[in-house]
Amino acid sequence: MDFFTLIQILDATVRLAIPLLLACLAGLFSERAGIFDIGLEGKMLAAAFFSAAIASMTGSVWIGLLAGIAASLFLSGVHGLASITFRGNQLISGVAINFLAAGMTVLIAQSWFSQGGRTPSLSGAERFNPINFPGALTTTNEVKAASPLMQVYSELLSGHSLLVYFALLTVPMTWWLLYRTRFGLRLRAVGENPAAVDTAGVSVVGLRYAAVAICGILCGIAGAYLSTALQAGFVKDMSAGRGFIALAALIFAKWRPWHALYATFLFGLFQALELRPDVIEAVIGMKIQGQFLGALPYIMTVVILAGFVGKAIPPRAGGEPYVKER
Amino acid sequence: MKLMHKFLGAAAGIALTAGAAAADPALIFDLGGKFDKSFNEAAFSGAQRWAEETGGKFAEIELQSDAQREQALRRFAEAGANPIVMAGFAFGDALGQVAADYPDTKFTIIDMVVDAPNVRSVVFNEHEGSYLVGMMAAQASKSGTVSFVGGMDIPLIRRFACGYAQGVKAVNPDATVISNMTGTTGAAWNDPVKGSEITKAQISQGSDVVFAAAGGTGVGVLQTAADEKILSIGVDSNQNYLHSGQVLTSMLKRVDNAVFSAFTDGVDMETGFSVMGLANGGVGYAMDEHNASLVSAEMKASVEAASAQIASGEIAVHDYMSDDSCPALTF
Repeated sequence: MDFFTLIQILDATVRLAIPLLLACLAGLFSERAGIFDIGLEGKMLAAAFFSAAIASMTGSVWIGLLAGIAASLFLSGVHGLASITFRGNQLISGVAINFLAAGMTVLIAQSWFSQGGRTPSLSGAERFNPINFPGALTTTNEVKAASPLMQVYSELLSGHSLLVYFALLTVPMTWWLLYRTRFGLRLRAVGENPAAVDTAGVSVVGLRYAAVAICGILCGIAGAYLSTALQAGFVKDMSAGRGFIALAALIFAKWRPWHALYATFLFGLFQALELRPDVIEAVIGMKIQGQFLGALPYIMTVVILAGFVGKAIPPRAGGEPYVKER
Repeated sequence: MKLMHKFLGAAAGIALTAGAAAADPALIFDLGGKFDKSFNEAAFSGAQRWAEETGGKFAEIELQSDAQREQALRRFAEAGANPIVMAGFAFGDALGQVAADYPDTKFTIIDMVVDAPNVRSVVFNEHEGSYLVGMMAAQASKSGTVSFVGGMDIPLIRRFACGYAQGVKAVNPDATVISNMTGTTGAAWNDPVKGSEITKAQISQGSDVVFAAAGGTGVGVLQTAADEKILSIGVDSNQNYLHSGQVLTSMLKRVDNAVFSAFTDGVDMETGFSVMGLANGGVGYAMDEHNASLVSAEMKASVEAASAQIASGEIAVHDYMSDDSCPALTF
């Protein structure tokens, strides 16, 4: 394996990990506030569709991004309404959101664009184009011939879309918000012991809605990244289970922001390796089924849950609606 | 709204009865919709061609849900439409139940085999068309490495890959063919993100022509190929226009021809198993203004020659589905 192959795998890792990272942080906010959210997948999908559709109609990816976030926020609101206000089962509400998004996106796409549940291909200002740093090379074949340092610069650091750099920034931002602000302390408390927060005179319902709203915004960005940055348009079911891998990453990271970064990049690396069976074969000298690498995130999560690598303890009040005693 | 529906329903009813009088043919589109730029649109253009050439009329319906399959079939059959053509393997079950109830009506199903005396089952020799685009890929490649991206890892898709690899090796026996499948579940048809990543990985291994037979995943493959300035090959319908000047060609499944011939044969249609291959214009490759500059005269001549030889049986393209193995490619 040469150096360039390594760089390329790492580059693919970044691209594949970013949607996982955003969705994972989205889940982190929600679950830290005591609202389990298995609807990450559905919210990403809805956001992917609306950002691509609106970007294609208006010609501006920024309006598309806003539309994607709005769609995701709407579903978050539905989840919040069902699980906070009406104290319903959070898992069932999440499943409903996943189904709703999978069906509605294709239906609306078909009715708006009549292209078999797709949006038209986006081009130019309708999509987040890669940001090329000054002097960076752009096509694979050019980079391949360059020096190692140039390869790192051109392939790994440069050439990602704005959303990638933003997603990486959200990690310290999340850490700061959760561990260094009053809002973060209360948010974490509401997931552990909402009664105590309530006693302190802080609105449990308000905090939880705030948490699911942040979750919606992050999912919205993740979805927009899929359809307007990684791809140039929406295709049915294009989130392809990434919301669930993000949930696995969240457990793997034990609900902590920096660890979420590591976990999602590790899972991204597995996904990148899955696409390069030739490299694995060359390095370890035997053929490994791609499916095994694809399943590794889930296997590792099971190992974690079984308690082999420390214990993953979810927020204590997670999954339970808060009932104020009268 | 309700009134509107009633009027529409009445109009549709009149249209159906009008069709019945003359025993006009009928065409049922699958869920993708009539203008899906792919499979269904090809079926529609075949019907349209028949209508223009013969001056005949045909009835048609776009399905909105799976539940309507059997209902649509029965309504057309009862209205006297004959023959009834349906585009898509998903009609298999519904037709299996309906066909026996209307023994005097002829049905044609595309991409699926239904064993009934009044049904013509049309299947395509995808490996022959893939062979031709493989030849073009090998001639267009400068690096001597070309690649294939499949959707779900099923025998049908391996058949594409195997035909493609044979075509490549026929032109350049030393060429390398990289083949990757997107996945093993239905999600593999709709994961353009993964399609993009696979394409990027293949490019780094030297590939400069990529053939995608992967449904929605192929959208990502073609997009990445265009972004990275290598050539790509589309599938099923003519996808050359998707990235004009960067799609070498498309492997065509002539669904339009299947519909056209079913309509032309009409009530006297021969039923049974119908294989659409190169010999009867069932598969082929796309040439239009979008790829004219990419395909040289020699390239075209060699592909035309091979096409004639396959049609006459001089070249036998190995069918992966016949024995689950491929001489030119290991999976």
